[in-house]
Amino acid sequence: MVEVNLWSGLRRFADGQEAVEVEAKTVAEVLQKLVEAHPGLDPVIKAGVSVAVDGEIVQRALNHPVQPDSEVFLLQQFRGG
Amino acid sequence: MALDSKTEFKYIGTRPDRPDGMDKVTGKARYGADAYAPGMLHGAVVRSPHAHAKIVKIDASKALAMKGVKAVVTRADFATDLEGEDWDLLENTIAGEKTLYDGHAVAAVAATSALIAKDAAKLVEVEYEILPCVTDVDAAMADGAPVIRDGAADHSVPEGLHPNVVRYTEFGRGDVEAGFAAADLVVERDFKTEAVHQGYIEPHACLANLGADGKGELWCCTQGHWFVRRMCTALLGLETTQLRVTASEIGGGFGGKTTVFIDPIALALSRAAGKPVKLVMSRSEVLKASGPTSSASMNVKMGMTKDGKLTAATAVFRMQGGAFPGAPMDMTTMLAFSCYDLDNVHHEGFDVMTNRPKQAAYRAPGAPMGAFAVESVMDELCQGLGLDPIDARLTNAVKEGTKSSFGPRYKAVGLIETLEAAKAHPHYSAPLAENTGRGIASGYWMNWGGETSTSLAIGEDGTVQVGVGTPDIGGSRASMALMAAETLGIPYENVRVDVVDTASLGVNEPSHGSRATYASGLAVIESAREAITKLSKRAADKWGIDAEAVEWRDGAAHPSGPNAGDFTPLSIADIAGEMGSTGGPITGHHDASPTGFGGSFGTHIVDVHVDPDTGKSTVVRYTVVQDAGKAIHPSYVEGQFQGGAAQGIGWALNEEYIYDDDGRLQNDVFLDYRIPVASDLPMIDTVIVEVPNPGHPYGVRGVGETGITPPLPAVACAISHAIGHRMTRLPISPPRVLRAIQGKGIS
Repeated sequence: MVEVNLWSGLRRFADGQEAVEVEAKTVAEVLQKLVEAHPGLDPVIKAGVSVAVDGEIVQRALNHPVQPDSEVFLLQQFRGG
Repeated sequence: MALDSKTEFKYIGTRPDRPDGMDKVTGKARYGADAYAPGMLHGAVVRSPHAHAKIVKIDASKALAMKGVKAVVTRADFATDLEGEDWDLLENTIAGEKTLYDGHAVAAVAATSALIAKDAAKLVEVEYEILPCVTDVDAAMADGAPVIRDGAADHSVPEGLHPNVVRYTEFGRGDVEAGFAAADLVVERDFKTEAVHQGYIEPHACLANLGADGKGELWCCTQGHWFVRRMCTALLGLETTQLRVTASEIGGGFGGKTTVFIDPIALALSRAAGKPVKLVMSRSEVLKASGPTSSASMNVKMGMTKDGKLTAATAVFRMQGGAFPGAPMDMTTMLAFSCYDLDNVHHEGFDVMTNRPKQAAYRAPGAPMGAFAVESVMDELCQGLGLDPIDARLTNAVKEGTKSSFGPRYKAVGLIETLEAAKAHPHYSAPLAENTGRGIASGYWMNWGGETSTSLAIGEDGTVQVGVGTPDIGGSRASMALMAAETLGIPYENVRVDVVDTASLGVNEPSHGSRATYASGLAVIESAREAITKLSKRAADKWGIDAEAVEWRDGAAHPSGPNAGDFTPLSIADIAGEMGSTGGPITGHHDASPTGFGGSFGTHIVDVHVDPDTGKSTVVRYTVVQDAGKAIHPSYVEGQFQGGAAQGIGWALNEEYIYDDDGRLQNDVFLDYRIPVASDLPMIDTVIVEVPNPGHPYGVRGVGETGITPPLPAVACAISHAIGHRMTRLPISPPRVLRAIQGKGIS
């Protein structure tokens, strides 16, 4: 299981949980399983989020691998200039 | 992609001439407005004089009757089935039912000359029903404020907030109240910054040629022509690949040219008229109707022990992004405390709509405002506790493995190294003249990877051409050439780099997020490595040995050892000269969305003299210290450092959007909107720190954006020390300084 840390504004969509455990091997699976477990997160993820895996910020690399002991954070979508 | 073990470089780190230099200084470089086509028409845009108004009727009959006028377009000439960000983009490009800010496009005209087009635009009659407007972020959130667009708020906004609040975020960790209770000093301040424009010298310009068959071409000045292609085709209902977009040379972008303003209008005019249409913004149009950055209203509270350890920090950021969602409060909140190791931290952010133009990205979007507030409070804590500002920052500085204020742990980063280099710099210990203050501030930008595609082809003489999709906004062609030269082992001068059009490569994100040298550079290195594999195979075939028995070094194929055979090395020119008869052209290509980008920290030192009689502030000395990972072309890196500092100084001292009570912009020319010029600035000293990024073969970090983050607080702190009054509102203009000196407040 991978522990996914949510930013506090999202906790109201995830039964108040600070972190959610999902079975996933890629970033795409992390996002899919999060929505399956907590459908309230669907519009957030559809609107765009970044995912940090072991300190690497992944936004569009949905096939990026995730290990059971990876440190995973859901972050707000990156916007650059 | 991991860092190479290579530590000695032959070409990287040198300072060769820039490939675009001659064309630019001789006037041969072709910018957006330099595109011409046979039978070309000229466009002009009809813009709203009202900040908020219902469009009752548009009558273009008089304009269409004018000799030389070939077409008029309105919102009816664009796609009708859009939603989300595409709808926002179209609504900003050309108004639908309402105009939302002073200068909002309402219609456009194409005519046989620019003069006729401008005159005809004045004949387009628009009947408005004026509505109440609001331009200040705090006023827009208050009860009773005019509603810009009901229902624009997304899922993130809690109930009970004004409809102009369209996005909300909140995150943190620890127990901030316990943290503040453990502090020896707690400082809390309110701050405000004004909207500022990117200030690029080249206005937006394009030449569009779109046929009734839905196929077209567009030449424009942009930071990202694939983004332009996607946006324009969406707004016009076209198939993506039927529009070929070519990026011109660019006279500055700084984030403001990562979106579209006039390009879809020029395409619509061209489609309606059946001819190419050129459209060029005036400076007034640029300031009124292209994206400035957000203005911000902020509250920051931080606690510190007497030995300099931060115990807790909270921040609230209210940011207006014009009449559309998108103010960069997410980046502001994530990066505000990014320099510090904090157990107890909390952030809140509000994205607020006002009757102003849609904000656009501006160099480290959102980060400078947050740094202004946080670093100012940090400075006040150090002042209150009698601590050295660099020592206090070193006490709290993040390093590899530190949990960032926004969650993930940092990989290798260079904040401590920039602080140590700043402390060791002679500037830091130099004496100060009377009425002069010194400011110190640090800042961060996390950088970005993004979709990237490059190609590399070997010429018949062994020289190399490289095609990239990231427009050169800061010297990237020279950097790409250096990385290709280093990888291939051939001279820099033997590599030509071009920014190619959208029909020539896979999708490329714009040159934004400080990503071009990192991501395109990484792809160029991989393209060169692929070409080396092919070159080595040709040599192996010629020698009749396995390709694995060939080693590529110094621009030539060599037998890898005595067992591989005794053959005379084949240079890249030797192999290229025969390639037509040994298997055909030799190329390399690489596509990726790399994720190993590494953020860059910087620390700035500035001395500002304040004239106590006039309130005029003069920057007398400035030093930028920043981590570049590995400086590919140090002169360009230094140029990025200096450019960021110059723009930050302008933001801190003079630049602001000034609106009257009716929401009309009062300073829409450079005479009134005051960006710094050379005579306003000292020579900006630079120190390049190199802590290699582990996610790039040569250790590159993007350097374009971090440099604008520390100047706002550094300048503000310097002035605060010079006059003995904490400055919490930008710009710190002479009247505001004078009021502070005279004890009359700073509003």
